[in-house]
Amino acid sequence: MGNSSSMLTQYDIEEVQKHSNGAFTQQEIVSLYSRFCQLDRKNCGFIPSDEFLTIPEFALNPLSHTLLTMLDALNFKDFVAFLSVFSPRATLQHKIEFIFKVYDTDCNGKVTFRDILRVLKDMSGQFMPEKQMEEILTKVLEEAGYQKDSVLVLSDFMKILGDKGVKMEVDFHVD
Amino acid sequence: MRKNNPKSQSTELELDQPNIEDYLPDGHPIHQEPRGKLRLCDLLDISPTLSEAAGAIVDDSFLRCFKSIPSEPWNWNVYLFPLWCFGVVVRYFVLFPARVLLLSFGWMIFLSAFIPVHLLLKRDNNLRKNIEVFFVASWTGVVKYHGPRPSMRPKQVFVANHTSMIDFIVLEQMTAFAVIMQKHPGWVGLLQNTILESVGCIWFNRTEAKDREIVARKLREHVQGADNNPLLIFPEGTCVNNHYSVMFKKGAFELGCTVCPVAIKYNKIFVDAFWNSRKQSFTKHLLQLMTSWAVVCDVWYLEPQNQKPGETSIEFAERVREIISQRAGLKMVPWDGYLKYSRPSPKLKEGKQRDFADLVLRRLEEK
Repeated sequence: MGNSSSMLTQYDIEEVQKHSNGAFTQQEIVSLYSRFCQLDRKNCGFIPSDEFLTIPEFALNPLSHTLLTMLDALNFKDFVAFLSVFSPRATLQHKIEFIFKVYDTDCNGKVTFRDILRVLKDMSGQFMPEKQMEEILTKVLEEAGYQKDSVLVLSDFMKILGDKGVKMEVDFHVD
Repeated sequence: MRKNNPKSQSTELELDQPNIEDYLPDGHPIHQEPRGKLRLCDLLDISPTLSEAAGAIVDDSFLRCFKSIPSEPWNWNVYLFPLWCFGVVVRYFVLFPARVLLLSFGWMIFLSAFIPVHLLLKRDNNLRKNIEVFFVASWTGVVKYHGPRPSMRPKQVFVANHTSMIDFIVLEQMTAFAVIMQKHPGWVGLLQNTILESVGCIWFNRTEAKDREIVARKLREHVQGADNNPLLIFPEGTCVNNHYSVMFKKGAFELGCTVCPVAIKYNKIFVDAFWNSRKQSFTKHLLQLMTSWAVVCDVWYLEPQNQKPGETSIEFAERVREIISQRAGLKMVPWDGYLKYSRPSPKLKEGKQRDFADLVLRRLEEK
């Protein structure tokens, strides 16, 4: 009737749990499934990426465009795996890896000056001229010991962000 | 499915969206007391923004408005289940045929009288009222009206929250209204063209760009006319699930008339009256109502409001929305109902972007 967990078997839930490295409890997965079904309006088993744009709160996020490439045609297992990085049980390493992936759009394991600039442009829109952004970024990079043409890899990100710590969590409340 | 036309809709959405940041969840505000000089880790750390995006994916206040909230099944044990089965038999094989017969009977009387009358007179309220009664009886509506019945005066419009197409019928039972509706396809459209035209209804089409101005003009003309039926407007512009209210469109509030708020709250005890147009067609929805025990609702006529001096139309609309939401126990959300049908404008991002740019520049100053 109204209770969608009847469509998810215990076996399914455990498999999804394993796939997302135990980041969620079984209750949370059931709750996420109900959300997945709400977004998968046509019942095709995956969420087309532009369905996320029907969520106004998501559409007004400056990084929505970049995230959409990571959200394309996710089935439920991948949907949960994607969100697992936002669980309080996710490791700091996992979170930093995720942030690295957001910058590294061509997935070659390297983040360049242009990559960082692109994200900064998304974040500030028309409210900071590009030249000023370039200057700020160059200055800040040099102060941290990198050059403008340096290429950052994952271990650099771990060093830079690891000390400061990253708090990236979402409240997965259970209805 | 409605066609998306983001270009033409975007300007309208901008006009209708003030102060959205006041309402948005404050989860991880970007400007959360960072101190000290701007360092590389500060620039690279996009985690608050990412958390907000993920938060929106997991749950958001807009889609919540259109979610049918199912009631707990009560037929889960060996004693109650046979009782429920008996109930199903009664509802589908006794009540439903009886209601269909009643409705058909009503329609027959109505049409046999309507057609000649339609050709001779312009508007006959009594006939229309009779068909309304049959409609309500066809799904056994138990409607309780509260508050002083509105007196009919010129320069007056009525606004109500919107849950289903039957809102209109529930209110029409008490008073003759002219309503403004979306033009629908199919048999509903036929109904609109024939019967509803006779009470002076106005049509609009969400998907047409120029439609807004035409409709605004029609509205103004209608309220000027002395012997037109009072106008009933659903400023939300779409059906919401009766637990939330979305932003009111300002069209009804800039006609220079008194606005009489009406609050409608459905009791889900027997059936959920919310028409989830994302999930079911109107016909299916009507059948669901007709095979239930009854539709129970409360209607409150609230104190008429006028635009205060110095108050903009949008502020006026929000104020009336608050009055209605409070009375009907609805939570207010800051979204335009039309976002159900079209993409939000890219300008919505600007608030967040401005905040980020300000933050970076401010920290640049610090030593």
